[in-house]
Amino acid sequence: MWDALKRLDAPEQFFRFAGRLAPGLGWGSLVLLGIGLYGALVLAPPDAQQGEGYRIIFIHVPSAWMSLFVYVVMAGAGAVGLVWNSGVAYALARASAPFGASFTFLALATGALWGKPMWGAWWVWDARLTSELILLFLYLGVIGLQAAIEDRRMGSRAAAMLAIVGVVNIPIIHFSVQWWNTLHQGPTVTKLSAPSIHWSMLVPLLVMAAAFTLHYLSVLLMRARAELLVQERHAGWVDTLGEADDA
Amino acid sequence: MTLSEFFHMGGYGFYVWSAYLLGLAVLAANVLWAWQGTRRRLRELGRGQDRRGARR
Repeated sequence: MWDALKRLDAPEQFFRFAGRLAPGLGWGSLVLLGIGLYGALVLAPPDAQQGEGYRIIFIHVPSAWMSLFVYVVMAGAGAVGLVWNSGVAYALARASAPFGASFTFLALATGALWGKPMWGAWWVWDARLTSELILLFLYLGVIGLQAAIEDRRMGSRAAAMLAIVGVVNIPIIHFSVQWWNTLHQGPTVTKLSAPSIHWSMLVPLLVMAAAFTLHYLSVLLMRARAELLVQERHAGWVDTLGEADDA
Repeated sequence: MTLSEFFHMGGYGFYVWSAYLLGLAVLAANVLWAWQGTRRRLRELGRGQDRRGARR
């Protein structure tokens, strides 16, 4: 296991491995997305309180989960990069930042589209919404640092440090609905007791979350390849890419 | 359930469909962004003819 990981830390090995894995993950995500959408829009019954309007949950909650998950992956990759000076880890962190920002935006935007009909407001400054907005700013800060510093390795390092410090915001987001009085509802799925959501709604929700996760992994691998091409542009293996056999 | 009922979403049509369209747009944008990334980088490296890099 450890040996396999170490081999993948070699940019060239990772480049080939990611290229082989990414398409399958992408197709898998597309299939799950089709199943999830059918379950979300057709099979799942209307909600007792919110009628059909609650169906935004099937986009909103998985994208909010992704916004947290991707951040942790990004910060973790940044930490690995800092400790072992690993170019592959930095490439994964760089590939994660814009993706995570896009899903944080999606969580906020779908939340606004849900809040307007249910609460009567697109936005309120409650703890959940505010901490999620800070997450978006953290992503933007990481992207900015990566882009602003001329030396790529230095930029990756600085961005990794910001990402690691920002991890403190992740539990704040998660527990905000318990620590403070929020307009945002409390957890329905990630509770220690059984989820307070009927299986006919829970199953499409989990399928959508799985689809989003596979989508992330395939985009992550594809983008990390692109990052590696730039990072390693002076390395021999990049020069031989065009002529080499399809390995 | 009729088709018009389906699109009406019990009066929440605008909110529900906006959320779903936005979601699909973000997914599509990420896939396009990923696709063109490797291709553009390879072209910048002067390897525009790289069939393997362009395909994956």
